[in-house]
Amino acid sequence: MKSNSEGLIIDGVVAHIDRDNIDTDQIIPTEYLKSIKKFGFEDYLFDGWRYKDDGKLGVTKEERIIDESFILNKEPYNESKILLSRDNFGCGSSREHAVWALRDFGIKAVIASSFGDIFYNNSFKNGLLPIILGKNEIEFLFSESKQNVLELSIDLEKKEIIYNQKCITFAVEKHLIDRIIFGLDDIDITFKDKDKIIDFEKNRISTRPWIFK
Amino acid sequence: MKTLYDKLWEEHHVTQLDSGESLLYIDRHYLHEVTSPQAFEGLSKKNLKPWRLDANIATPDHNVPTTRGNNFTSDLINDEISKIQVVELDKNCNKFGIKQFDIQSNKQGIVHVIGPELGYTLPGMTIVCGDSHTSTHGALGCLAMGIGTSEVEHVLATQCLKVSKLKNMNVRFEGVPHENVSSKDIVLYLIGKIGTAGGTGYAIEFSGSYIDKLSVEGRMTICNMAIEAGAKVGLIAPDETTIDYVKKNSFLDKELLNQAKQYWKSLRTDDKAVFDNEIEIDVSKIKPQVTWGTSPEMVVNFDDPIPTIIDSNEENQKNVELARSYMGIQNESKLSDLVFDKVFIGSCTNSRIEDLRQAAEIVKGKTIAENISEAIVVPGSGLVKEQAENEGLDKVFTDAGFIWRDPGCSMCLGMNPDQLKPHERCASTSNRNFEGRQGYLGRTHLMSPIMAAFTAINGTVGDPS
Repeated sequence: MKSNSEGLIIDGVVAHIDRDNIDTDQIIPTEYLKSIKKFGFEDYLFDGWRYKDDGKLGVTKEERIIDESFILNKEPYNESKILLSRDNFGCGSSREHAVWALRDFGIKAVIASSFGDIFYNNSFKNGLLPIILGKNEIEFLFSESKQNVLELSIDLEKKEIIYNQKCITFAVEKHLIDRIIFGLDDIDITFKDKDKIIDFEKNRISTRPWIFK
Repeated sequence: MKTLYDKLWEEHHVTQLDSGESLLYIDRHYLHEVTSPQAFEGLSKKNLKPWRLDANIATPDHNVPTTRGNNFTSDLINDEISKIQVVELDKNCNKFGIKQFDIQSNKQGIVHVIGPELGYTLPGMTIVCGDSHTSTHGALGCLAMGIGTSEVEHVLATQCLKVSKLKNMNVRFEGVPHENVSSKDIVLYLIGKIGTAGGTGYAIEFSGSYIDKLSVEGRMTICNMAIEAGAKVGLIAPDETTIDYVKKNSFLDKELLNQAKQYWKSLRTDDKAVFDNEIEIDVSKIKPQVTWGTSPEMVVNFDDPIPTIIDSNEENQKNVELARSYMGIQNESKLSDLVFDKVFIGSCTNSRIEDLRQAAEIVKGKTIAENISEAIVVPGSGLVKEQAENEGLDKVFTDAGFIWRDPGCSMCLGMNPDQLKPHERCASTSNRNFEGRQGYLGRTHLMSPIMAAFTAINGTVGDPS
């Protein structure tokens, strides 16, 4: 992400995956959830589609049989910063590893017509921007992306996607996008209300004592 | 006029934040080995401790081998990487002082099975866990949801979750189901109707005459799969059935239980409360359900034709084509034309005693079909296993050719050695038929324990009655 005079911008090549219901098991299979680290998942993103063999945690991209037909294995999409998909992207498991894998690969934004609730929420905590667009706009971007390499510029502050001087606006709650723009830490923010939590808990211990046994 | 979800929300509401989100106080936090190590590491880096130790309960479930036998310890796990994760949970629980039912404990099991059966899940609680199937606990009248690892760390540190309020949906199940139709069929049918994004953004309250008569185990199966309909929260108002279940499993003294009971009885949606969306389903019309594709919404009556590109609408044609191809469906027109290789009875959806009893009833005195190379039963917990063995269910299964295993998540997601080989077709009582979910290129058909047991005996899907 870079900053210009108008604010934060994500610009780059769009990789399209024309499927509904891309679940978090597709984004990163369970095998790689055995890692106890928070980084280093880039080689395992879309593992089942990117490779023609069964992978293991610790086995690198260089040791695998690459499926050359998969979009992220083709130039210039192997350096895409933006992913385009359809309905219910990130449905299924709560694994934050799905977001980490996209982030580690270099994806900064995912554009889809809808997202799984937990994935959507996890994204903002890791600097990944999920953008919801209407089906017609998604269809338009797919048709453009399938014809030529599509490059977009996303303005986070204005909430605009710029393409060929056209502008598509998107809606996202301010507090969510602020987390990406300012890299806010939720625990620090919540601790500002520490006294309120202490008071709430004291009251709860007296009114609902069975919870605290 | 408030819904049950509204009441639970207000009960736990600490404060409204400038951002518009709310801080909700979390009563119970379950932890397992997969989504917690990075959270504990984050806590250590910030020099923080868990806010309230007794809120947290941990158990290893995703990675554990199911062929452990007696005296098994974490360091005996063959898969080196799985071992690191399970040992890491041991270390973190010791370091921070968190109560763990470890791999040696007779109470270890799938976190969503042990929580309710050990009395840690109580009506009216807020419950979170780094696992999307946390919605299961909503069956006891809890506000329960799955969270990511960043939130696991946040809950450990602050005892609160930062969330925006969901919308309210009511799904009413009315009527009496046919014989051999279980709660799994009912929830699969719902997912088929509303789709895997049908509940996105909602908390779904399940109610109706069918739910009123359903056991807590059956209710857990339904709330468990709310997430497969897109809803991270599924919940059912506590009633006498719930309270009897809680009393049976509780470690609370009688006086405290009676005090709690008064409050639990108030946990119901007001008569005139308005939902944002309401659905009514007549369960008497539902047949056993079996998935054919790679999403839980790709589900049909067990005797219906498998959808083809020709009978799909334009928008869905590509999904159908991709799913048929992955699932190796060529000229077969019905599920009964497909030959199965493996059977898995288990998972946080269907590994409780009632599930095992239903499956055993079908299997009793019969033998698994020749084409079934492996049929495994994985009880959800040490206590479920013990109960089943006391009832002789293990013998019923093993006499029929099933393998009787130790508790864990097992082949639901194949993080342990229980996996499908490429192209193997499995009748599974789990919750997700995603590509590769049960093993690389494996093919999963979701169904009830009754149908999975019947498929083991019959070799293919058929009519258990």
